[in-house]
Amino acid sequence: MAGYIFRRILQAIPVLLGTTFLIYFMVFAMPGDPLLALFGDKTPNPALLERLRQEYHLDQPFIVQYFLYLGGILRGDFGTSFSGEPVSEILARTFPVTIRLAIMALFIEFVGGVLIGLVSGLRKGKLFDASALVISLIFISLPIFVIAFVGQFIFGIQLGWARTTVSSGAPIQDLILPAFVLASITFAQIVRLTRASVIETQTLDFVRTAYGKGLTRRRIIPVHILRNSLIPVVTYAATDFGVLLVGATVTEGIFNVPGVGRTLYQAIIRGEGPTVVSFVTVMVLIYLVVNLVVDLLYGLLDPRIRYVK
Amino acid sequence: MKIRRLGIGVIALAAASALALSGCASGSSDTPTGSSSAVITANGSEPQNPLIPTNTNETGGGRIVDSIFAGLEYYDATGAPQLDVAESIDTTDSKTFTIKIKPDLTFTNGDPVDAQSFVDAWQFGALLSNEQLNSYFFEDIEGFSYDEDSPLTGLTVVDPTTFTVTLKEPRADFPLRLGYSAFYPLPKSAFADMDAFGQSPIGNGPYKLASADAWQHNEKIDLVVNDEYKGGRKPANGGVTFVFYASQDAAYADLLGGNLDVLDAVPDSAFGTYESDLGDRAVNQPSAVFQSFTIPERLAHFGNDEEGKLRRAAISMAINRDEITDVIFQGTRTPASDFTSPVIEGWSDSLEGADVLKFNADEAKKLWAQADAISPWSGTFQIAYNSDGGHQGWVDAVSNSIKNTLGIDASGAPYPTFAEQRTAITDRTIQTAFRTGWQADYPGLFNFLGPLYATNASSNDGDYSNPDFDALLQAGSSTTDTAEANDDFQKAQEILLKDLPAIPLWYSNVTGGSSEAVADVQFGWNSVPLYYAVTKS
Repeated sequence: MAGYIFRRILQAIPVLLGTTFLIYFMVFAMPGDPLLALFGDKTPNPALLERLRQEYHLDQPFIVQYFLYLGGILRGDFGTSFSGEPVSEILARTFPVTIRLAIMALFIEFVGGVLIGLVSGLRKGKLFDASALVISLIFISLPIFVIAFVGQFIFGIQLGWARTTVSSGAPIQDLILPAFVLASITFAQIVRLTRASVIETQTLDFVRTAYGKGLTRRRIIPVHILRNSLIPVVTYAATDFGVLLVGATVTEGIFNVPGVGRTLYQAIIRGEGPTVVSFVTVMVLIYLVVNLVVDLLYGLLDPRIRYVK
Repeated sequence: MKIRRLGIGVIALAAASALALSGCASGSSDTPTGSSSAVITANGSEPQNPLIPTNTNETGGGRIVDSIFAGLEYYDATGAPQLDVAESIDTTDSKTFTIKIKPDLTFTNGDPVDAQSFVDAWQFGALLSNEQLNSYFFEDIEGFSYDEDSPLTGLTVVDPTTFTVTLKEPRADFPLRLGYSAFYPLPKSAFADMDAFGQSPIGNGPYKLASADAWQHNEKIDLVVNDEYKGGRKPANGGVTFVFYASQDAAYADLLGGNLDVLDAVPDSAFGTYESDLGDRAVNQPSAVFQSFTIPERLAHFGNDEEGKLRRAAISMAINRDEITDVIFQGTRTPASDFTSPVIEGWSDSLEGADVLKFNADEAKKLWAQADAISPWSGTFQIAYNSDGGHQGWVDAVSNSIKNTLGIDASGAPYPTFAEQRTAITDRTIQTAFRTGWQADYPGLFNFLGPLYATNASSNDGDYSNPDFDALLQAGSSTTDTAEANDDFQKAQEILLKDLPAIPLWYSNVTGGSSEAVADVQFGWNSVPLYYAVTKS
């Protein structure tokens, strides 16, 4: 087990180097001079522009910039944004907010999705199942910004149950509505995945054996059916955590959540290379860790899946 | 047994989530209520640069800097300059100015606001190696250099409350510029650590930062009243909280949801509905933003000759500005009738030759045919724009208007980002007409003309040059009489209407609104609300 984890961590190093290099290259390859855009429609004087370029190393070739950046990271220096804030502080400020939002969304979609999927699967073909299928189809086909705007309009402006945007500090009560919106992207998928998995598991021999032994439904459903149906759902929810981190951009924009997605978007627009690359690096790290945790969770759900040396 | 292990896993996960969730939660503080102590909330955007006056050149930081600093003057609701820190600004030749400031003024940290604090701040802002984005504001002062570090020799401190400014050549509108943020004073403490100062500035204006870490990046900034301020912008409220929005839609939703008091940017998506949503709390009035597209003289068929002038006039007359501002912008733009803005003193809608800005299909066709007789046209007329700025709608409409009227091929040429378009324009590699706009730095006609169309001017992206135009600008700048100066500037514009280095399109309106909780919301000449005048019940 420990050896397996160690090997997985070693594997992460080339992945991280590769992704930072690629992202840095893409930011570098973005056409246009980000410093020129700082001046709006006004044309700055060339000497001033030259000085600013030197300060942000934009006058250096791409590969030099990249190694200057990497060297900085090794010294714990992630660079500074154009507004003079260290990127490490931006990371420390925005990641907790987005992770909180993502965990809330994940919780909502997982608990809600699995419950509805389970009931649907157990009552295949009944009214509940049919309506769950129709509703999940609607959610799958609606783009997230539509759900977000409608949610904001109905619950924020018309009913006044939630704040229209998230207030400073992003308290949990403000995040509930955005979390529901964020969860809605994949909620329907989890319902359908659980439902299909439950229907399949019900037909398996060990379930029939359990019934044959005279076990009650109260025991069979959670222990035999649900637990064995969860593996594809957990896999999906884990990869989905990455989607949530990135997909938060739209939701964070609409609800003005001071998180990763919104900040990353603005950094891309402004061409702030160090900010963009640092954000993506941390996202890749989180993604790798979540995937590792999920792989370890498999063993917990199904003892047949074991990681031995 | 197995069940228990699964159970423990679930409990551990739940506990971990709960920790993560509660760890960073912090309650939002309620805004205090009560008449003059109530804090108003207004929309803003994360400042793009540290909050140093000479380094702040966009509205996100500008509205904060203007609130926490007081300059020699401020601009009132009509855009007229009023003395703020200055007691008097005198000149006899528009070249040397004697500035007296009021005695016994201090910054919020106790440093004196004296002649030295202005001179030091200007020297700092102008020095090349300090890399200040607004350094060009000092270019007219003696000693300024774009090429090397060079002190402003034109600044002399006479006594603690008096200093003189000597310009390289006469600039009649120099006093008018002094309300702009580049000319604000800085406290002595700023120079010790300018980076730290930019994150937590100390000013002398109507407001001050609520605490040293009041700037919460990407979220908001809290300003409270500075009781030491003695100028004319006395706050009628208890402070301003600028909430930073990434999108105008979010800000507008907050205004409707009652979480925001003052909004100065209605999103495009609400143009059709905001006036009915807000009723008499909606604002829609022209602002000091001029929009156009520039046709560089180096383009074939568009040189500064007979053919080029005919084609420019034909294209200008082929654009139905009334219809486009109505349909695309739902009345939130005002069709242009000159090269400046209606909120600027000296603006006129009856300049000689202004007919060229009116839609006239027959005349446009005739002029185009005359140009074709000189040298036949083939190809596509394209207008470049940045597609990250919401310009596609009107560019397509303008292109279609040109296409349908003149019977030539016309289309938009999108650049993915603003940075990319600006680079192509600055490098002069762009081979089409392109979108241009100008937001005035100070409310004067010269500011719309000099930097854009004077020979070799800094933002003369189309490389326009006309000695007669330059001479009129010079004449207007040399006089000490404002009316006389504006007369020269209008004559200069009449030359522009003939040459059309840029095709004027429309003036942006400021579109905004306020909540039911506030009153006395007025918008200044620069489309920013006068926050100090807003009252909240």
